[in-house]
Order: sequence, then structure tokens, then C-alpha cells
Amino acid sequence: MKQIKCIKYISTYIFLTLFLLFFPSNLIAKQPYVGEIVKKTDHVAYYQGKDGRAKVSMVIMDSHGRKRHRQFIILRMDVEKANKERTSDHQETGEQRLYVYFLRPADVNKMVFMVWKNVDRDDDRWLYLPALDLVKRIAAMDKRTSFAGSDFYYEDVSGRNIGEDIHEIVEVTDKFYVLKNTPKKPDNVEFSYFTMWIHKSTFIPVKTVFYDKHGREHRIYEALKVDTIKGFPTVVKSRMKNVRDGGETLMTYSNVEYNIGLPPNIFTERYLRKAPRKHLKR
Amino acid sequence: MNHNLYWFVLIGIMTVFPLALFPSITDAGDEPELPAGLEDQTKSTEPELPAGLGIEEEPDAEVYSAHTPQEILSDLNGFLDARIGLRTQNDPHEKDFSLGEIRLQGEAQKDLNNFLFSLTTDFLYDPVLDHHTVRLEEGDGFIDIREASVLFSPLEFVDIKSGRQILTWGTGDLLFLNDLFPKDWKSFFIGRDVEYLKAPSDALKISVFTDMVDVDMVYTPRFDSDRFIEGERISFWNNILGSRSGSDEEVEVIKPDQWFRDSELALRISKNIRGYELSVYGYHGFWKSPGGFDPDSGKAIFPDLSVYGMSVRGKLLNGIGNLEFAYYETGDDKDGDDPSIKNSEFRNLLGYEQEIASDLTLGIQYYIEYMLHYNRYLDYLPDGSVKADECRHVITIRISKLLMNQNLKISLFTFYSPSDEDAYLRPLIHYKINDSWTMETGGNIFLGEEDYTFFAQFEKNNNIYMGIRYSF
Repeated sequence: MKQIKCIKYISTYIFLTLFLLFFPSNLIAKQPYVGEIVKKTDHVAYYQGKDGRAKVSMVIMDSHGRKRHRQFIILRMDVEKANKERTSDHQETGEQRLYVYFLRPADVNKMVFMVWKNVDRDDDRWLYLPALDLVKRIAAMDKRTSFAGSDFYYEDVSGRNIGEDIHEIVEVTDKFYVLKNTPKKPDNVEFSYFTMWIHKSTFIPVKTVFYDKHGREHRIYEALKVDTIKGFPTVVKSRMKNVRDGGETLMTYSNVEYNIGLPPNIFTERYLRKAPRKHLKR
Repeated sequence: MNHNLYWFVLIGIMTVFPLALFPSITDAGDEPELPAGLEDQTKSTEPELPAGLGIEEEPDAEVYSAHTPQEILSDLNGFLDARIGLRTQNDPHEKDFSLGEIRLQGEAQKDLNNFLFSLTTDFLYDPVLDHHTVRLEEGDGFIDIREASVLFSPLEFVDIKSGRQILTWGTGDLLFLNDLFPKDWKSFFIGRDVEYLKAPSDALKISVFTDMVDVDMVYTPRFDSDRFIEGERISFWNNILGSRSGSDEEVEVIKPDQWFRDSELALRISKNIRGYELSVYGYHGFWKSPGGFDPDSGKAIFPDLSVYGMSVRGKLLNGIGNLEFAYYETGDDKDGDDPSIKNSEFRNLLGYEQEIASDLTLGIQYYIEYMLHYNRYLDYLPDGSVKADECRHVITIRISKLLMNQNLKISLFTFYSPSDEDAYLRPLIHYKINDSWTMETGGNIFLGEEDYTFFAQFEKNNNIYMGIRYSF
């Protein structure tokens, strides 16, 4: 009796060893930890290079097909990277500065929107109105509101802090990691969760669907075109569709550049009042 | 031009243009076509790879084709603006129309060897006024030059802007303590765009930026007063007459106008510490609107004024808080014993603004003007004069809501003074018809018990206005 038991143990042991050696290790090797996917995705979407510039066009179309256009130049700098004066790309996520110079429509021409994206506290935001030479602070703390009247929200443009959601892998396909992201504080946001199709080799979010509190699709983001600029895969055309009200916004990036050596003081009141023309022009 | 014809044409423009524009915007276009590769997608299927990630293919091209201007930084802009304002009650001193203006603004910038030249000029016509003599400094007549400046940086850390320019600093929302740059109260009260609240200065601005602090100095070689209420367009309480007066009896002033002798100097030292903006201010010049009268001639004067102050602005709770303080020292009457000159004052402001719901913003300010040497003021006040309070309190509330994809803005700004028992309401509806056209309608409503308090004196000027603007 004793011997049989022993053999049983040994065979179980061998089986388990083989199982552990082959099957699961394959899984571990192929599939990064969900946190890593999220980090890489966030990095690819918002933190490539130490700084950058792009000209952005938005076409906002409502459910009746009426179009409105927005055009602006966006300058971006990652504070930490700039401070360390690194030219190589590091996977850090942290403080950022954004400078948005409006060109169109004509009634907002030369208006500037500036953001200090903070990690440990709410963002600081300024608006400069040139006709009044007025530097205003923006009180809006709600990041889930429309950016410049488009279907993109402020947080879609500037990035959502990855610590605010719980992330799970729901599916892995040939091309994609499919992630479900559930907010830790659901009362602060208009969605119940959102799913992301993340391209496996580039970590570009190709599609994101936000579901409302009733679990219905509310907004759908899709990357439509990707260019590789200075080695950084960059979404240059994307669309945000508002399923609920039938509107959609097409956003096109052109003249995208990375690591252009923006001086940090661009993101101060001085350059709100005096547009840094040299850095806005290509 | 025949004025009746002008009004006919202006009213015609105001009514016909919106009507002509609305059909085009209410006419629902066809449903947009979906770009290639998206037609059959349902929510459960995985997305196709965008161009650039999968097989190289251009997405079915420009369904949307955004119009792209040739220049990245466009150098010529402007607008055409037509505006009508009507008094909602009779005013024995003024016309029924408060405003009937057509205005063309052209704005050009040119960068020559790192010298940036800017020119912004308004051409306007308004038959509400009876004279159209061009006086550039007062902004009277057919031409109002808003900006004619050159901006350059002689050193890496120095900016110099010279010429006619609009200048603003300080933290108040429509309340100004340390901002002693000229204001145009007339424009503000009759319903011009709020940008016209700021009148231009002819000045030299030198800004020095260091790691420690930033320093701005503004030198105005010849005093630029406010475009103050003197009776034209707006009737007001005339202290000298002891009654309301208006265009029938415009205020005569003695204005300091000697070049370099009657100059103004404004200074600001500021620093941004982790998003908190701290500033210290100084000013030496004159009361910007009349602050007394000459006992001999009875004309209004602009007494000497020095101002010292500070401000801080930054995040507070879930919004933005600001605190500003200023000490106004009347140079010509430091002791407060001259009844013909305004006494020195302390001015304090406390403000808070928060987005209380999506696209709904609430801003509240509490402001106090505290008169110094009040007892002496009372002692020397001539019999029968209207007595000012020692403290003037003002509460302002701004509530604004964005609707229809932020194309419609509805807002109400209220000034209310518990000490004067008067108020000033500024309702506004602003609608962006499309990328080029905007229209707005609003009002200026003054309420109060007495005829002579700060806001209630303008009671006969209550007006509603409507404007339409084409921007290019």
C-alpha cells in the first residue's frame, strides 16, 4: 500500500513539474504583467521623447453633419526628462507641461491654453486672452469635460492618470491586448468602465470604448493612422465618436516632431503674453 | 450719412444676417460616411489595425478635409461687428439708443529680425454720438488704434514692448486693485465686447525674467486716463451739480498732459511657486478717473496717486482662490482734509472660482474699499454734500454655463453692494453660429435705492444690446 502511494506521489510530482516547466512558463514569458502593459501604453500615448511639437486639426461634426474646425499648435515637455537633460527616451511618466496655441477659429486666434500636469496634485491650468492681455486661471477641475468643444475630453488629450483605474486583461489576441479599466472612484467620472485594444508590438491603443453607467457604449475612440516619427510610433489621425449624441471629432496631427529642445521657460507667464514664435513655427 | 437710413440699414443687417445664417445651420446635412474598414464593425469584434500599424494603406481619404491655412502663424486677422443697444427706460440726459455701431477690426503682425511689430486698428461708426472727431488717445472718432507696438528681446532674459498696447495684471475678475492701466467704462456699460473694457496705454514695458523673480516695469510718458464716464452716452451722478447729468452737460476736466512730467510708472514683481502666483505691485501716477475737482474752476481733476499692493492666486479646495490687497495713497491730500480730493484708501479682494458641475462655473468675490481719515473727511465735508460711507463692500457673483458643445454660453455677472444697497447685473448670451459668425445679446442693469451710489447712479442707462460678429 505504501509503495503505491509513493508512486502516485512521484507521478503527480513529475506531472506538476512538467506542467510548471512548460505550459505556465510559456504564458509568463509571452504575457507581460498588466501593469506593464498599462504603463507602456500610457507612455506611448503621452510621453514619447522628452518634448515635442505638433499642429493639430480637429473637425467636430454634430449629429446633423454640421462641422466646426479647430486648429492649434501644441508644445509638450516632460519636466523630469528635461531637468535631467536626457535625449534618449526613458519610460518615465510624470510631470508634464503643455502649451496650446490656438489658430482657428478666428475668434480664438492667438489664445493660449497652458497646463502644468502634476503627479501629486491637481493640474494647474491657465488661459491667455490676447485682446485683454489677460492671464486667467482656469478653475475647471473636472477633466471629463469637452476639450475645446470637441468630442475629446480634456483627459483624452492630456492623459488619464493610470493609478485611477483598476486594469484587467480580458483577452489576448494575435494583435491585441484587450484591457478592461474600471475606475477606482466611479463617482468622479461619467463612465462605468472602458475597454482598450492595445496593439501588442507598439503598445498603441487602437480602439477605446467608454461605457456609461448603464453599461451602454458612450464614446468610441479609434486610431486611424500611425506614423513612425524619429522612431516613435505616433497616432496622427484619430476619431472620437459620441454614440449617445451622434457627434464625432476627427483629430489630425501634422508636423509632429520630437526632442526639439524646448526651453522649460516656454511654459511660464512670459510666453503666454509673448508667443514663442520661434518654437511654434517649424 | 442720413441717420434714419443708417439705423434702417444697421437694424436690417442685424436681423437679416442671423436669419440668413440660421437656415444653413439648421439644415441637417447628410449622415457622414464611415471611412473604409469601419462599416461592419460591431462592438465585440476586434478593431482593424490603423494605417501605419498593419498593412500600409491610406484610409479612405479626406471625408473631412479640414481647411488648412497656408501659414502656421497667420498674420492678418480681424472681425466685422455690428451692435445695437437700447435703453430700457427714458433718460432725460441721453438718447434712447445707447449704441448703434459698426466696427471693423484689422490685426496684423510682422516679424522682422526678431522685432515683432503688431498693429490692431478699429474703424467704427456710431450715430449715437454727435461728433466724430478723431482723438486717438481718448479713442474718439472713426479710428481707435488698439495696438501699435514693437516687441523684442535685447537680452535672453529681457522683453521690451514699446508703443500702444493693452496691459493687464492683477487677480480680480472685473474688479481692479493693482491694475492701474486705463479702462474704458463707457464701452463696458453700453454693451461692447468685454475686450473693450481695456483701453490701450502708450507705454514702454520692460520685463526682466530671472530665476529669483520676474520684474515688469511699465513707463507711460504721458498720463493715460480711463475712458471715464463724463456724460457722453452714459448719464451719471454729478457731485458738483448734485444731480444726474449726461451728454447735455459733459464733465470738463483738467487732465495732466505734460510729456514726461505727467508720467506714470507701474511695477510688478512676481513669482510662481508650485502653481501659486505671488505678486507685489507699485504704481505712481494719477487717479485714473477723476478723483476730485478744482474748487476755482469746478472742473474735474486727476489727483496724484501712489498705489502699493500684493496678490496671490492659486488652487484652493476644488477651485482657484485669489487674494489681492492695495493701498491707495492720494498724494495731493495725504491728510484727508481736502474735501475736493478723494481720500486715501485700502482696497481688499478675496475671490474663489470653481466648476460646480460640468461646464458650469461659479465665481464669487468679496471686495472692500476702506476710506482712510474718515473722520477728517466728515469734518471737512461741505454741508449738503452726499456723504460717502467709510467702507464700501461689493460682492460679485459670476455664473456661467456652456451648452451645445460649448457653442452657447449663458452667463450672469452680478455686482452687489450691501453698503451702497445697489447692484449691477450683466446677463449675457453668446452663441457661436459657426466658425466665423458669433452673435450675442446681453444687458446692463443697474439697480439701487439712492441716485448717487456707485452703481445706482447709472440707473437711467439700463440697456439691452445685441451684436453680431464675423471673424476672419
